[in-house]
Amino acid sequence: MADLNPLAWWRRFLALPNDSGVKTLGVALLVALVSATVVSVTAVTLKPLQLANLERQRQARMEAMIAALPGMADILREAGATSLETRLVDLDTGSFETAIDLADYDQRAAAFDPELSMTLPREVDVAGIGRRANLASVYILQRDEEIALIVLPVYGSGYQSTIYAYLALEADFNKVAALTVYEQGETPGLGSQVEDPAWQALWPGKEIADETGAIRISVVRGQAAGPHEVDGITGATRTMAGMTNMLHFWLGDHGFGPFLARLRSGEISP
Amino acid sequence: MTPDTKRLTRPIIAENPITLQILGICSALAVTTSLATALTMCVALTVVLSLANTSISLIRRHIPSSIRLIVQITIIASLVIVADQFLKAYAFEMSQRLSIFVGLIVTNCLVLGRAEGFAMHNPVWPSFLDGLGNGLGYSLILIIVGTIRELFGAGTLLGFVILPTVENGGWYQPLKLMLLAPSAFFIIGFLIWIIRSWRTEQVEQPQYRVRLEAEGGRR
Repeated sequence: MADLNPLAWWRRFLALPNDSGVKTLGVALLVALVSATVVSVTAVTLKPLQLANLERQRQARMEAMIAALPGMADILREAGATSLETRLVDLDTGSFETAIDLADYDQRAAAFDPELSMTLPREVDVAGIGRRANLASVYILQRDEEIALIVLPVYGSGYQSTIYAYLALEADFNKVAALTVYEQGETPGLGSQVEDPAWQALWPGKEIADETGAIRISVVRGQAAGPHEVDGITGATRTMAGMTNMLHFWLGDHGFGPFLARLRSGEISP
Repeated sequence: MTPDTKRLTRPIIAENPITLQILGICSALAVTTSLATALTMCVALTVVLSLANTSISLIRRHIPSSIRLIVQITIIASLVIVADQFLKAYAFEMSQRLSIFVGLIVTNCLVLGRAEGFAMHNPVWPSFLDGLGNGLGYSLILIIVGTIRELFGAGTLLGFVILPTVENGGWYQPLKLMLLAPSAFFIIGFLIWIIRSWRTEQVEQPQYRVRLEAEGGRR
């Protein structure tokens, strides 16, 4: 009768000559298995800590962006606020959603919940995000009952990661006040330069749409011309295309488009 | 000295991986612009190197020679990812500053060199000590280079102002060259010169010698 004791099998496996095919395959498989387990366990265990770090960085970037905007510190002081007011927006109707408590809402988790999000058809999903939550948070700064600044969180696929950014618009909801990328995993030294303050400094003053209301803002190769174009980073073509696409998506009909249109026409106010 | 202590201490100066074996130069250039990044890199590399040596030595009798490099690289790469994950969780700022260089420990020839050259043929404990020793030797050079570069390039050490720079109202005109990669080459070159003038046994024999005419050489 064959020996079914696993230990005996193990010993026979170890006793095989190193160059035999079975042993080569076996060792390769075992090494891969053990390595993969170690890596996965570490990654999963440390995930909460890393996310907390990213969250801190996100807040710091937001504060730095606001602090760098000319005059913003004064408006904040006048309003007696230390930071922006967070509101939820229903992207389909383009109105503020007040029934849901902000503290309970996690937009990233909601994007994967079929009840709280929608699948984007391929032709509209230019940002490459697959699903989009129905509610999105925006950050607003008010002065005399009017919006002085609105910050829209946007995200989309870059070259090898999802890029998360804040787009701050001025009171006319067309002029860019600032753009800041707070999370990305693009190629270090090339695509990762989207986080470079020098590049982000090219954005203020650009306009997102032309007179007809069509979204025109884009990152271009070579020399940027006109109020809708921003100089691209050399060697990061796919990342730049990702930036353009995600802005087009989030400012378009399936993103903040309806909301911004209603704000502009004065239909809704904070 | 017992063989074990020797294994630990020899790589620090006598067989230093950077100055004698000229391994791991790439990261020695890249991360030494400030002492803090150099120190983090030292810790990461020493841990990875010791653990890689230990685990490879553990299974050395069962690694088929046809796939031995792949097996070694797999083990090293996994350890590097683990180290990188730890940095991202516990030293986030630092991991942002080191960016890709922690990941590049995988391709650091020092780690693979010790795995292939030592851990494959030696028992576990000596392999661990060899890894630790080489890590410390690497660290010593990185710390020296990092100290010199940060001190003269920015006038600080670990972020504390030592030499107040002109820009901040002090007297010290910082040597910007120190913040560029070539300066690390110069410093490592000087270190090699100093060590070899002190320990002349490290000087390599010339591969060929030019014979003078007087010795029968031809013009």
